[in-house]
Amino acid sequence: MFDILDKYGAPKNAYTLACTLTPWFGWITAALFVAGLVGGLILAPPDYEQGESFRIIYVHVPSAWMSLFVYMVMASAGAMGLVWKVKVADAIARSCAPMGAWFTFLALATGSLWGKPMWGTWWVWDARLTSELILLFLYLGYMALQSAIDDRRMAARAGAVLALVGVVNIPIIHYSVEWWSTLHQGPTVSKFDAPSIHISMLIPLLIMTLAFMSYFATILMVRVRGEILDQERNTSWVRKLCEKSEA
Amino acid sequence: MSLVSNHQAFLAILLRDLRLGLRHRGELLNPLLFFLIVVTLFPLALGPDKLTLQQHAPAVIWVAAVLASSVSMDMMFRSDFEDGSLEQILLSPHSVTMLIMAKILAHWLLTGAPLTIFALLLSILLYLPVEALLPLFMSLLIGTPIFSLVGSVGGALTVGLRGGGMLLTLLIVPLYMPVLIFSVAAVNNALHGMSVRGEFYFLGALLVLALTLAPFATAASLRIRMG
Repeated sequence: MFDILDKYGAPKNAYTLACTLTPWFGWITAALFVAGLVGGLILAPPDYEQGESFRIIYVHVPSAWMSLFVYMVMASAGAMGLVWKVKVADAIARSCAPMGAWFTFLALATGSLWGKPMWGTWWVWDARLTSELILLFLYLGYMALQSAIDDRRMAARAGAVLALVGVVNIPIIHYSVEWWSTLHQGPTVSKFDAPSIHISMLIPLLIMTLAFMSYFATILMVRVRGEILDQERNTSWVRKLCEKSEA
Repeated sequence: MSLVSNHQAFLAILLRDLRLGLRHRGELLNPLLFFLIVVTLFPLALGPDKLTLQQHAPAVIWVAAVLASSVSMDMMFRSDFEDGSLEQILLSPHSVTMLIMAKILAHWLLTGAPLTIFALLLSILLYLPVEALLPLFMSLLIGTPIFSLVGSVGGALTVGLRGGGMLLTLLIVPLYMPVLIFSVAAVNNALHGMSVRGEFYFLGALLVLALTLAPFATAASLRIRMG
């Protein structure tokens, strides 16, 4: 494992690898999105209670899952940068934050759009919504800290500590918020109560989740390439690359 | 070879910070004044009705305490950063985590402890019944050290940054939310004559967790920030 880390921890190799993989992941993402959207929007039957509007889960649920997943990727990459001083890991962590924030925002926005016809209100102070909102604050705090520190290396390491503190706190925040909302009122409407989701609705959901994952990987690679070029702009290989593209 | 033991170094930092703090009394009063001002806003906004205020008193006091405590975190490392003593602390042969603990304890004694006592006075202004006073006091007594511990990480990460104070608040207030939830629930339960034991167990667990992890994270952050 350390051999791989050694090889692709070097910015130049990581850049080349990302260049090769990006189109592959891009096409896989496109295929998965087409399959997931056709399955979710056309093939899956409308819900017997919610009608057509349940179909927003094909965007909502994957984004909510991704919002947590991206945070974990960001914190793990940060830890790798902190412990083994891998420069590429720093670039990955930094690139994750805005994407994670957008996934979180998307989960909140789609939830809100779904909530209006279903619950009759744009927003409820429900446990999941509230902890998702706090997760958004954590992402925005991370990004604010990144932009406040000018030194790239220091910003990455400070961000890594903050992300790790966040990892310890996410379960605490989640459970305390859950406990808080059950104390205030019982769950009036819960999303997936007794009837579990039917297989014809579940398969598109899983495909969409894979599509989101693959989309994340694609965009992550594009962003990491940008980060690496910026970070290594004074090295000879980046200069050569620029000369080649100009010629 | 160090001439003083870790304990002596801990005590030395603690006493130095306390002495420095007491010599800048004005600076110490600012968070308390801010606390008082925020609490005063609520009767103005909610109206002077006794029952309304009584009902909202735990929430008002705790929200004000979160805000006052978060603005006081900026004080923890700033002057030491400016006069270079923070570098000396990091270079000392003693355990940096231990010395950070001394600084956090001093900060709590100078800000959190007065806040806890002051909150009792303010709760009278909001007509909080006597039976809720003890839970309020206890929740602040456990909650404000958690604030100082968690805030120290934020303070270390933002030390010396332009506009660091505002950034610090943005970073740490989301992390304060669980404490707020359990504390307000405890005081509210006491108001309604219910048991407060569960909430205090949670608060105690959070304090132990913060005490175990925060000093290490703070020491690591300071090392990163000082290069």
